[in-house]
Amino acid sequence: MTQDRSEMSEDDDDKQSPPLDLRSAAIAEPSSSSSSSSVVVVVDSTPNKSRNCISSSSSGSLTSQPFPDHVLENVLENVLQFLDSRCDRNAASLVCKSWWRVEASTRSEVFIGNCYALSPARLTQRFKRVSSFVLKGKPRFADFNLMPPDWGANFAPWVSTMAKAYPWLEKVDLKRMFVTDDDLALLADSFPGFKELILVCCEGFGTSGIAIVANKCRKLKVLDLIESEVTDDEVDWISCFPEDVTCLESLAFDCVEAPINFKALEGLVARSPFLKKLRLNRFVSLVELHRLLLGAPQLTSLGTGSFSHDEEPQSEQEPDYAAAFSACKSVVCLSGFRELMPEYLPAIYPVCANLTSLNFSYANISPDMFKPIIQNCHKLQVFWALDSICDEGLQAVAETCKELRELRIFPFDPREDSEGPVSEVGLQAISEGCRKLESILYFCQRMTNAAVIAMSENCPELTVFRLCIMGRHRPDHVTGKPMDEGFGAIVKNCKKLTRLAVSGLLTDQAFRYMGEYGKLVRTLSVAFAGDSDMALRHVLEGCPRLQKLEIRDSPFGDAALRSGMHRYYNMRFVWMSACSLSRGCCKDIASAMPNLVVEVIGSDDDDENRDYVETLYMYRSLDGPRKDAPKFVAIL
Amino acid sequence: MEKVGDYDELVNLKATELRLGLPGTEETISCGKSNKRALPDDDTEKEIESTGKTETASPPKAQIVGWPPVRSYRRNSIQTKKNESEGQGNYVKVSMDGAPYLRKIDLTVYKKYPELMKSLENMFKFSVGEYFEREGYKGSDFVPTYEDKDGDWMLIGDVPWEMFVSSCKRLRIMKGSEVKGLGCGV
Repeated sequence: MTQDRSEMSEDDDDKQSPPLDLRSAAIAEPSSSSSSSSVVVVVDSTPNKSRNCISSSSSGSLTSQPFPDHVLENVLENVLQFLDSRCDRNAASLVCKSWWRVEASTRSEVFIGNCYALSPARLTQRFKRVSSFVLKGKPRFADFNLMPPDWGANFAPWVSTMAKAYPWLEKVDLKRMFVTDDDLALLADSFPGFKELILVCCEGFGTSGIAIVANKCRKLKVLDLIESEVTDDEVDWISCFPEDVTCLESLAFDCVEAPINFKALEGLVARSPFLKKLRLNRFVSLVELHRLLLGAPQLTSLGTGSFSHDEEPQSEQEPDYAAAFSACKSVVCLSGFRELMPEYLPAIYPVCANLTSLNFSYANISPDMFKPIIQNCHKLQVFWALDSICDEGLQAVAETCKELRELRIFPFDPREDSEGPVSEVGLQAISEGCRKLESILYFCQRMTNAAVIAMSENCPELTVFRLCIMGRHRPDHVTGKPMDEGFGAIVKNCKKLTRLAVSGLLTDQAFRYMGEYGKLVRTLSVAFAGDSDMALRHVLEGCPRLQKLEIRDSPFGDAALRSGMHRYYNMRFVWMSACSLSRGCCKDIASAMPNLVVEVIGSDDDDENRDYVETLYMYRSLDGPRKDAPKFVAIL
Repeated sequence: MEKVGDYDELVNLKATELRLGLPGTEETISCGKSNKRALPDDDTEKEIESTGKTETASPPKAQIVGWPPVRSYRRNSIQTKKNESEGQGNYVKVSMDGAPYLRKIDLTVYKKYPELMKSLENMFKFSVGEYFEREGYKGSDFVPTYEDKDGDWMLIGDVPWEMFVSSCKRLRIMKGSEVKGLGCGV
C-alpha cells in the first residue's frame, strides 16, 4: 500500500513516521543546491563536544562541497535544538536518515496521541534524550460510559520502560490513562529530577499514590490532577510534602474527593514561595480559603474550593473575603465554586477586572447573581459556565467580554428533556458581541440555523465549534428544518475550523457540506445523525485533514466504512458505536490493512460471535495489536 | 439497523429500560460502570408488549447511555448535595431466568429485605411468595438468590441485611426447579 505523505495532517502529532520501513523513506544526502538558502550556523557551547566552528556567509550556499556526515550531524544538532514544534520535527525527521538520526537524538519532548500506536520499546529505541512525555490513552467516548471499564490504556508498561531509559525524565502528562499507585511509586523512585506531573481524566490511583509523589519528588514544580478519579485511601498526602521550602509552582487537586488536612495545606502554601496556581477541592471552606489567600497573594490562578461553609458563622467575626481577594492583584484565572453560596459571590469583585479566565461551570448561578460579576470582566478570554445563567447571562457576556476566545456552556440538568435555559438567543448574542471567539462548546435544548449561520459569519476565527442540542434529532425549532444549513455555514465560513461536533436533526446534506468545505477539520464528532452511508462517505472522501473520527448511533454501515480504507493509516483513530457495521466487514478491513488494529468491543454480557458490531475502535499501530486486551475486546 | 428515531414512537420503553435507580424514579445516575444502553434491540422490543407499563404518567424519553455527552465527573459534581449519601452506591446486577436482559440496582437505597423484594417484584413482574426461615420461599416458582463474595449462591433473606449488602455480588431470580440445594441458608 502506498503512503501518500502529502495526506498526512500537518500537525500529525504522533511521533511515528508512516508505517513503512524507514529504509524505503531514505533519501540521498543533500549535496545539491536545492536545500540552501542562507544558512547561518550557531555553534553552541556544549562542553563535551569539540567541533569545527562552522559559519557561512549569508549569500553562500553550502553546495560547493558535500559535508561529511558527522560534521553535518553536529551542525544539524545545533540547529534542530531550536525546533520545538513537533510537526516541524516530524518533517525534519523525514528528510533523510541523517536528519532522522539527529532529530531523534535531540527531541526532548515526545507526544504520543494513542498509547497503543506503538510500544514503549519503540519509543526508547528511537528517542534517547526524552525529558518530557505526553501520552493519551482511551478514546474520548469512553468518558461517556460507552466502553466497559478495564479496557486498557495502562501506564505501567510505559513507566517501567522509561524508568530504565530516561532517568533524567522531568515531565509526564497523561490523559485518559489508567495509572496505579504502583506506577506512581515507580515514577517517584526512578526520576530524581522529576518536576511536573499532570494527570487529566485518569483513574486507577488514589491519595496514597499522590502521597508518594509528594514525598519523593523533591524537585516537584507541578502536580496537577484534573478531572481524574482519585480514590480516597485516607492518606494525609498534603502532609507528605517535604518540610523545607518547596519548588511548587502549580498544585491542582480540585478533583480529589477526599477531605484534606487544612493545617498542613496552609503550611505547604506558606513554604512554597513560587506557587502561582492553586486549585482547591470542595473540602476547603470559604474561611479556610480566606486564610490561604492572605498567605499567598502572589497567586495567578485560583480554584476556590467550595466557596461555602458548613457551620453558621458568627456574622461579627465573618472574615472580610473581599479584602482577601483585593490583595490578590495577580489572580487572572478563577475557578472552583464547587458548592457556592451565592451571597458570597460579590467577594470576587476586586479581581474581576483582571480576570482572563473564569470557570463557573460547577456553580448554579442565576442571571441576577451573574450579571453584576460579569459586567466587570472586560479582559475575559476564557469563560465556562452552567446554562443556569440563561440567555440573559450570555447577553451580558456578549456586552462586556469583547476579548472572549473560548466559551463553554454546560447543562445544569444534563438530560434530553430538561428545561433549556439557553437557546439560539444566547448563541446569537455571543456571535455578535464576541467577534474574536475561537472555541465554543454549547449545550442547549433549542437552536436555529439562523443563529448558527450568524455565528459562522460573525466569528471568522473559530477553530472549534461544538454544539450539542440535547434532544436527539431535534430540528431548527423555528423553521422545523434540519440543522444542515447551520453546520454547513460553519464549515464553509469558518476557514480555520479544526474541530467540529454536530447534533440535532441532520441529513446527508450536512455531511456533504462537511466533506466539501471542512478542509482543515481534524476532529469530528457525530451522534444520532445522517440518513445513509453516503453521509459518512462524504466525510471520508472529503475532509483531507481528518485525524479523529468518533461516531455513535448513526445509520452508517459496511459500505461507508470500506470507503475510507484509503485513509485509515493517516488517521489517529476511528470510533463507531451503535452503527450498522458487521463483523465480517471489520474482519475484511483488518485483513487488508495489517498496520491497523481493529477492535470490536462488546459489553460483558454479550454472547460472542454476534455479527453485529456494537463498538468499533480502530487505529494505526506500528507494533501490532496489543497484548493486554480484556476478554470483551476482540482484535480482528 | 433500524433508524434510531423509530423507537421514539414506542411508548413502553421505560418498562425495559436499563438504567440505574429505583423503578418509578426519573433520574438516571450514571455510575460509570454501566455499559448497557436503553435503546431497544429486537429482543427487548418483544418484551415491551408482554411486560406492560410500569408507570401511569406519560413516560418521557428513556435516558440513553452517555447522552447528552457530559462526563460523569461533571454530572456527579453538579449533583452533589450537601448531605451526600455515604458513597457511590452499591450497584449489583440482577438477572431473572427467562428474561433476556439484565438490570442493575443500587442496594444502598434499600433498608431491609421487604423493600428489596418489592422492588424486584415490580421490576420483573413476578412474586416471590413467602419466606420461611427453614424452608426458604414458598408459594411461588421464583426464588430470589444472590452470589456472595465467596462465589456461593445463597437465598436472599438468610443472613442479616447488613451482611447481605456487604457480601452480595449479584442477584439472580431462579426458577423453582433449580433451587433445591438452597433451602438452607448459611
